[in-house]
Amino acid sequence: MSVVNSPTRELIDVFARDRIALIAFWTLCALLLVAVAAPLLTPQNPYDLAQLDILDSKLAPGAKSAAGYTYWLGSDDQGRDMVSAILYGLRISLSVGIASTLAALGIGLLIGLIAARAGGWLDALIMRIVDLQLSFPSILVALVLLALAGQGVDKIIIALIVVQWAYYARTVRGTALVELRKEYVDAAVCAGYGSTRILLRHVLPNVLPPLIVVATVQVAHAIALEATLSFLGLGMPITSPSLGLLIANGYVHLLSGKYWISFFPGIALLLTIVVINLVGDQLRDALNPQLK
Amino acid sequence: MFVLRRIGQSAVALFVMSVLVFAGVYAIGNPVDILISPQADQAEIAQTIARLGLDRPLWEQYWVFLSSALSGDLGKSFAASAPAIDLILERMPATLELAFAAMVIAIVLGIPLGLLAGLKPDSWVGRSIMAGSILGFSLPTFWVGLMLIMVFSVQLGWLPTTGRGPTVDVLGIPVSFLSWDGLRHLILPAANLALFKLSLLIRLTRAGTREAMLQDYVRFARAKGVAEPNVVGVHVLRNILIPIITVAGLELGSVIAFAIVTETIFAWPGMGKLLIESINVLDRPVIVAYLLVTVFMFIMINLLVDVLYTALDPRVRLKSAR
Amino acid sequence: MLAFFFLIDDSYMLRSPRLFPGWALLFCIASLVQNVTAPAAELRIGLSGEVTSLDPHFLAAQPNLTVARHVFESLTDVDPQTRLIPGLAERWRALDATNWEFNLRRGVKFHDGTELTAEDAAFSLQRPLSIKGSPGGFASFVRAVESTTVVDNYTLRVRTKYPYGALPEELNSILIVSKRHALNAGPEDFDSGRALIGTGPYKFLRYRRGDRLELVRHDDWWGQRPAWDKVTLRIVTSDPSRTAALLSGELDVIEHVPSADIKNIIKNKTLRVMQTTSWRTILLHVDQYRNQPPGVTDAGGKPLARNPFMDPRVRLAISKAINRAAITERVLEGLAVPAANIVSPGVFGHNAALNAEPYDPDGAKRLLAEAGYPKGFNVTLAGPNNRYINDEQILQTVAQMLTRIGIVTRVEAAPMSAYLGRVRKEETSFALLGWGSFAADLALRSLVATPNADKGYGAWNWGRYSNAKVDTLMEQALANVDRAKREALAREAGTLAMRELAFIPLHHQIVSWGMRTGLSYTPRTDEFTFAHHFTPR
Repeated sequence: MSVVNSPTRELIDVFARDRIALIAFWTLCALLLVAVAAPLLTPQNPYDLAQLDILDSKLAPGAKSAAGYTYWLGSDDQGRDMVSAILYGLRISLSVGIASTLAALGIGLLIGLIAARAGGWLDALIMRIVDLQLSFPSILVALVLLALAGQGVDKIIIALIVVQWAYYARTVRGTALVELRKEYVDAAVCAGYGSTRILLRHVLPNVLPPLIVVATVQVAHAIALEATLSFLGLGMPITSPSLGLLIANGYVHLLSGKYWISFFPGIALLLTIVVINLVGDQLRDALNPQLK
Repeated sequence: MFVLRRIGQSAVALFVMSVLVFAGVYAIGNPVDILISPQADQAEIAQTIARLGLDRPLWEQYWVFLSSALSGDLGKSFAASAPAIDLILERMPATLELAFAAMVIAIVLGIPLGLLAGLKPDSWVGRSIMAGSILGFSLPTFWVGLMLIMVFSVQLGWLPTTGRGPTVDVLGIPVSFLSWDGLRHLILPAANLALFKLSLLIRLTRAGTREAMLQDYVRFARAKGVAEPNVVGVHVLRNILIPIITVAGLELGSVIAFAIVTETIFAWPGMGKLLIESINVLDRPVIVAYLLVTVFMFIMINLLVDVLYTALDPRVRLKSAR
Repeated sequence: MLAFFFLIDDSYMLRSPRLFPGWALLFCIASLVQNVTAPAAELRIGLSGEVTSLDPHFLAAQPNLTVARHVFESLTDVDPQTRLIPGLAERWRALDATNWEFNLRRGVKFHDGTELTAEDAAFSLQRPLSIKGSPGGFASFVRAVESTTVVDNYTLRVRTKYPYGALPEELNSILIVSKRHALNAGPEDFDSGRALIGTGPYKFLRYRRGDRLELVRHDDWWGQRPAWDKVTLRIVTSDPSRTAALLSGELDVIEHVPSADIKNIIKNKTLRVMQTTSWRTILLHVDQYRNQPPGVTDAGGKPLARNPFMDPRVRLAISKAINRAAITERVLEGLAVPAANIVSPGVFGHNAALNAEPYDPDGAKRLLAEAGYPKGFNVTLAGPNNRYINDEQILQTVAQMLTRIGIVTRVEAAPMSAYLGRVRKEETSFALLGWGSFAADLALRSLVATPNADKGYGAWNWGRYSNAKVDTLMEQALANVDRAKREALAREAGTLAMRELAFIPLHHQIVSWGMRTGLSYTPRTDEFTFAHHFTPR
């Protein structure tokens, strides 16, 4: 074995093994880039009411707008350019998904480590709460939370965090318990390191890999959940639609032949979730020793 | 002892949920408004609020609720003036029928397909099954539902678009799958609901099969001269089925919850659709009753599966005995 | 369980065949039990609203009334153009300012064969007051009634507490039940069918809550024999599902054709659409009583010195900035009529001389500048997202149009229940409402009269517009038992209120029905769907 590679090099190596996973990885990077750069790439800001014109609504793909640019993928029922709406919607979906996952991961990590370290009644209590949380399907928890709290980006992110943190807590606790029994921890204790330091500098790096795998798939799950909630009418406010809401708006037009209002956002959502799952799959396969 | 402990935990969980749910639901909006007659005036509005007890402090309302709940009365629906629990029980058979149909599809298709993918992971059959499962896993349920309706009902006209077919009473419970028309109405929603779990089961079975095939007992069976189909069908299958069926059992609760989306799209008259409607009209007793009933079901299912798993898996039994 | 067998018994495969004969047998029995023969003439209607109860006195909501009116009838009836016509009462008249006499039709049979008498009518007028636990009952319709007297089997006298010309209209909402069956009956008894005995053209057969109500023809009905032996009223609240069911032939009729599909259904050779202007007017209430209404700020987010809505020029500017024709054409696909009145064309008290405000964004900007807001200001527009046709889209489009003239608008849409909750807590200052009425004075009383809880005025006058002259005219109209004089007064009051923009009217909805070409229906302004009025062509 040569000298330890840099993390980025290792990451790319993981994906280089499988053509499809590599394509998925680069597609994901492209999606992220496009989402971040959306304001620069799109002819219209679909969330700015002053830029919309109802007289341009429901135009087929390829039609020209009053302002001169082309609606490459058509326009929706409020006159939003589909390309712009999809990119901005992607932005929301990705940011909501990633933000909630990161926050849930942080919280779950903290709680899981505390539970593993503390042991005893605290550990049992925390795990009971985690089990309770996990025994309820995510959609139910999210639905009730949003029905209570109302609409808004912040409320959705909170709902998604509440739904997800328990997963991470359980994974972290399980892995941390295993790690804490290993010899290097005993060695560190003998060497006189404090328990917090042991946790942070020795246990944490070993706990992270399975966590990252879970997190990747969870981002996809969070995005799908947000889309479902928006579809049911409990998600983002209507003037800043995310992909789920765009699909919902377009649903009523499917039967009359105006497929583009629902179809293209659907494809975008699908693509995003699939590539994230593919990337997560590859990460998991790479980190699973048994299947090597 | 273990069983008693789990039951105790379940009771606590139920209680906690009821407090959370009640407090939350009763704090929003004013349900009188949506249901009030357009011709009503302030006096009647005030009277109605008083009659439904909506002006009392929250904790008082909860106390009334709890005491009546323990005697089986979960309140009366604002909109229908029928006991909330009755409304839910009325719609439960439809949801359960859908959920069970979906589970059956997922299990009957998922396990064999996953087995196949696990036995031949690098063949085109194996790879396409895996690709399909990733798609099935990723596609949001509501989108699949819309596409299914578009393709099978509107374009091809093979299957009805919405609703439940005619029902027949079996032991007092109305079921619709016993008639051809009823089955036709059941197929699309059940397939829609099943897709996610199907993909999950395929992946699980595949992973389990691949792991099992590497085990020693398989090598020994082959060395003994056992024919390949028997190796798979008798030895491998038996050992991977326990965890898979356990997962399937636990997922049943999740399927019942996800039925909310499917029921909304296919206008299937089940509990999930009732929940969405109740949220829209702020019919609080029904929302609370639904949540409590579902929570109760999940807890029971989890309890049952846990107990079953403990009984079946000798390793677990030995561990807890130590 | 399956796993258990696998584990302990290799011979499971031998046991499983035992299951098969059982299933096969069950299947056979089920098929035999199925109803093979279809009724002679059946009509399947798709309703768009959720029915919550079959008790006709429980909840005054259109879906409930739609199904109830197949089984029950009222003393006075309403024709498709909302004009009062005889119902179970052949004729009625005001004996004096506070006494009325209703003469019932003779020989009207209930579904159980007994005859309708004034006792049943008197009982039915009292019953709404005794209903407990309803969030929105019918008590307000009989509010003016002081007492009822049964003169003989076919004559009922009603005494009102004060002169009240609108009594016949109000009584249209009270359905007449059979005293014998409804005495001591609650909503559960109606839902089970036990008390569901009325005089209407259809009888109860079967009810599956949330799904469908099945009815069969009442052969002894006094009216013209309906064409259908059996009627199935199916509840399909989802718009696309309803359309899909019509397109696939699962339903013969649907009410409220979704705007997205109406052009296609019109083009479809196997289907037809019947439509008419509905009684529902969509309007925008503006806060006219608070100095610093919530949501109204300058560009920086700070409250303004005074309330811009109180200036009639600002209200007129808002009205001019809204392109009603564009909303009608693009958002509602033609299912609207731009409005200038409170009530729809053809309704009692409508003023045909009033025209909808033409679209004039430049004029709007000029007016704003004149009023002292050359740079405009910020507002929040609130509304429901699940109640009126395309309400959410209307909100967004209005916001778009106002933003263009400088009134930067934020939209807050919520399900009707949550929305009304906010409104009642006075958290909104610019809010959308839809109102259906078949008399201008009744609409004025709720929407425009100075709020007065004791008299029941202005319960839905969210902006608290107040004009003493309008109030006086309205009261005079309501008290007048002479219909012609009443209509003139109501029209005058309505015109005055609209000239001052008590609220900003947007449009009157157009109600539509989609059906297969072999059917015909006279479209009703009150949006009701009656199976017995559908005839084969």
